Formats: sequence, C-alpha cells, structure tokens
Amino acid sequence: MSATTVSSDERLLETSPLRKLLGRPELGSVVGAIAVFVFFALVADGFLRASSLSTVLYASSTIGIMAVPVALLMIGGEFDLSAGVLVTSSALVSSMFSYQMTANTWVGVGVSLLVTLAIGAFNGIMLTRTKLPSFIITLGTFLMLTGMNLGFTKLIDGTVSTKSIADMEGFSSAQDVFASTLTIGDVDFKITILWWLGLVALASWILLRTRAGNWIFAVGGNQDAARAVGVPVTKTKIGLYMGVAFGAWISGQHLLFSYDVVQSGEGVGNELIYIIAAVIGGCLITGGYGSAVGSAVGAFIFGMTSKGIVFAEWNPDWFKFFLGAMLLLATLLNAWVRKRAEATK
Amino acid sequence: MTLVELADVSKHYGNIRALAGVSLEVDTGEITCVLGDNGAGKSTLIKIISGLHQHDGGVLRLDGEETMLSSPREALDRGIATVYQDLAVVPLMPVWRNFFLGSEPRKGVGPFKRMDVEVMKRTTHAELLRMGIDLRDVDQPIGTLSGGERQCVAIARAVHFGAKVLVLDEPTAALGVKQSGVVLKLVAAARDEGLGVVFITHNPHHAYMVGDRFVLLKRGTMVGSYTRESIELDELTRQMAGGNELDDLRHELKRA
Repeated sequence: MSATTVSSDERLLETSPLRKLLGRPELGSVVGAIAVFVFFALVADGFLRASSLSTVLYASSTIGIMAVPVALLMIGGEFDLSAGVLVTSSALVSSMFSYQMTANTWVGVGVSLLVTLAIGAFNGIMLTRTKLPSFIITLGTFLMLTGMNLGFTKLIDGTVSTKSIADMEGFSSAQDVFASTLTIGDVDFKITILWWLGLVALASWILLRTRAGNWIFAVGGNQDAARAVGVPVTKTKIGLYMGVAFGAWISGQHLLFSYDVVQSGEGVGNELIYIIAAVIGGCLITGGYGSAVGSAVGAFIFGMTSKGIVFAEWNPDWFKFFLGAMLLLATLLNAWVRKRAEATK
Repeated sequence: MTLVELADVSKHYGNIRALAGVSLEVDTGEITCVLGDNGAGKSTLIKIISGLHQHDGGVLRLDGEETMLSSPREALDRGIATVYQDLAVVPLMPVWRNFFLGSEPRKGVGPFKRMDVEVMKRTTHAELLRMGIDLRDVDQPIGTLSGGERQCVAIARAVHFGAKVLVLDEPTAALGVKQSGVVLKLVAAARDEGLGVVFITHNPHHAYMVGDRFVLLKRGTMVGSYTRESIELDELTRQMAGGNELDDLRHELKRA
C-alpha cells in the first residue's frame, strides 16, 4: 500500500453536541411535545394530576401502537391507508369467528392474527408485484375492507355490530392480555401503554441494530441503490406491511376486549391519524428517514392535545385545528433537517 | 495473468451497431483506460464487462476462461465490481451503513442477532483511511459528502468486499481539479492492492497519469490501442480530441 497520504480537511469544523442533537429525527416532536405539555399545564386545570396523565397516556397508546409500525413503513418509503379499518377488521374476525364457531375466544384471536397478517401481506405483494404507488394499492384495500366490514357483519349478525362474546370461555384471560388495567399506587394504567412501549422498544431495536433495519432505511431512501447492492427489497416491503397488520391485530383485540362488541363502521379516518403521528415524530413523507421513538412522541402529542382540550373545557372542535397546525410545523422542520442532511448533494 | 480479456467484441441494439471489434486486456495490478467522446461506445463496453448486457460477437475471457456474463450478480460473484457515475448509495443513510449495505456483519444468536455496529464503524473508517481518506465522522449521512468522497467510498467498498477487477465509469467527470486528484490517487491505491482497473474517461490527462494501457473508442469502433511506452500524452490528447478533425476545425475557425 503506497498511497497512505491522509487528506484531512481544515474546513471541517468540530460538530458541537447541539448540532448533533439538531440532526436527530425526533427533535421537532420533542420540542413540540414540551410546548404542548407546558401549554396545557398552564391553561387546563387538573392536567398535571396523575389520573389525567394516565388518561393522556391511554389515548396516546391507542394511537401509538399503530403509529410505530406505520412509521417503520413510512421510513421504508410506503403508505398504508388501510391501517385504520384493518384494526376494525381484525376485531370483527376475532369476535365473529369465536361466536359462530362457538370456540374458545383465543381461537378467534389466533385466526384473527392469521387473517390480519394475510391482509398485510396482500398489500405488500400487490405493491411489489404491480409497482403501483402504495397510495393507490392501499386506498383500494381501505375501500374493500370498509365494505367487507359492514357487509359481512350485516350478513352474519344481521346488524352493524357484533354479538357479545363476554360469556365465552377465554374472554377474561384475553381481556387480561389486551384490555386490562394495572394499578400503580392509586392510579390506574391501561395495559395498552405497556404494549405501546414494548413496540417502540422492539421497533427501535430493529431499526438501529439489525440488518432488517438497515434494509428498511435503504429501501425508503434509494430503492434502486438498495437493490443494486443485494438488499431484498420485496421481502422488506412485504415484511413492513405485515408489521402494520400485527399492530392492527393488537389494536383490534384491544377494541374487542374492552368493549365486548365491535361496531363494524369504526376505524375510518384513523389511518391518517397514524400517519400524522409518524410525520410529527420526524418521519419523512418521502421515506428513508425517521424513528420509532419519534412516532411515540407524535402519538403522545396527540394524546395530550385530545385530552388537554377536554381538561381545559374547550369545544373539542379545536382539536383538529391544533393537529393541523402541529402537522404543518413538524413537516416544515423536517424539510429543513433533510435539506441540511443532503446539503451538498 | 490476464484478469479480463475482450477479443474483437461487438454489440448490436437492433439495427444499431453500438460496438464493433473492440479488444482490451486488464491484468492484475494494472490500469486499462478506455477513452472516447460521447457516443463512442464506452457505456456499452462497461455494460458488457459488468454483466448488464451480453455481447453478441467476439470473446470475453475471465482468468483465461471464455465466458458470457448473464447478470450483474454473476459479474460481482466473479470479482468484477462496477462503480457507476450515478452511485449506488442511499444519501440519507450514514456512511458506515452505506458501506456495508447488503452485506452487514452480524453477531449474537437467535432473536438477539444484530449488526456488529462497532466493527462496521471501525472497518469503514479503517478501510477509507487505508485508501487515503480520513473521514472523521462515519456517522454523517453519505449525502453530505462531496461527489469525489462518495466515489471514494464506493471504490473502497468494492475493494473491501474482495473485488478483483474494478470498473470505473467516468469517476472524475463531474469533479473539480483537487477532487479528481483524490479519486486518481485512490485508483492508483486500488491498483497497488493488486486489482485490475478498467478506467473509463474522456479526459486523456487523467488517463495518462495512471494508465498502463489505453484503448481509444470512436463511434463504436476501436481506433487505437496503446501501451504506456508506445504513446506520449500529446499524441493521446490529440487522438482523443479528434486528431485530424481538430486540425480541420482549427482551420475553419481561423479568422479570414
């Protein structure tokens, strides 16, 4: 080896810790979360009470469980508009299978997992086979699932909601897993908070430390380059859609076991809420950038805003306004970060 | 040992003759430069060597064995790495993640199997340093690097993953003088590592600085093949610039 002349660049400045922090995808959402927290702490009486915190966390977790896999999917460069109604589908399958087959509720839960994962795989396979935009593919699944949810429920149960399965075998144990309440001190916490935090940890581990995580960033950032160096693009994308399906299954079971009956028309519009939480959390809408922790903070902002407005005794109509403003600010900040990251391209 | 040898190779796209009667050799520790203007057939030549297209006349030999490369994957498996002008990197990903993309080293067992991040970062830094580039922060997105540096990372990656032949598609085309110098040094470093290099360029000055053999292409045919001893830079430049055509042009442009 002869050419070992080291070319160091005198123009390269030391990166300050502050500047490193500015490069984190979660930054915008954390700043936003602190602002929202301080704001409601000042204007809403009782916002700082432990029981209020528990309510806020519960609201955040129901969004967050889905925002995590949706964020992963967005980092992989795709959308899933069917995610909202898929939650309802998952709950319906579980409930109706258990009721009609008069089996243990756990059998319904298992069948629901298989069906939901299959729908996720369908999205992924359609996307990779047809090469159509995911917006179109999942818009199609969204509409089909919406129709099927209502259609099948009316066909089988005669009404728009499912029959009660509360007296069936296995209901209480399933309820323990998906919809129980833990009491710490004298405050009640819903178990969905644990599911949420578990998913955030799992997703962060996958993204930052595993080969699959490397592939997720790559297929979202530059699909052709990823393929050229041997990344299995198709498998990665199908896996991401199945991840969303897994989240939908957990959310769906929570829905079923906390209310016992499922309204078949629910879930429409939630897909946008998941996407908004991921975007507020720093995911680029064009893919290749973002984090699981960010999506959790995005969901937390969501929970604080929706419940904070109630604590402040305002008209809940303002919720959407806050959300819109938040989304715009977050996206602007993300665009700025990306520009810096690609500055000399 | 001749790593890659092309003998009288030709390629047609429908009724268009893209390449005809081109011969070249690349040996271990040698740089073969392919020179030509736009439309000379340089890209077609690369595509044949890198397995993207198949030649339909003549012979391609790898290590003396007659072959037809069916895919870029096969070319890679046989040790031919191609670094294209539009580099295969993911701009928003850190340098070290890009370096190992698709071939990540792992440690641990079962569900705890994970990327060996420490080794990846350390290796990336060391490999780049070995090639003469001191990147302080391998954690920065590769998109923040300059064109020359990205080219260097791509070359260092090919070398690290055991390429025997390096095919470089106009690596200095869009670069400034200093950046070009860095890339040329790296090309020479790869040669000293024992790789055979096919260096495609339209800059005779860059070619002459590092090249051992020179193949000149023009409108799909080979108009000259020289070893370093048999040609001077002036002559190479003149031939490259169009030779007699340039004299004619000069004559035409002369003020009356």
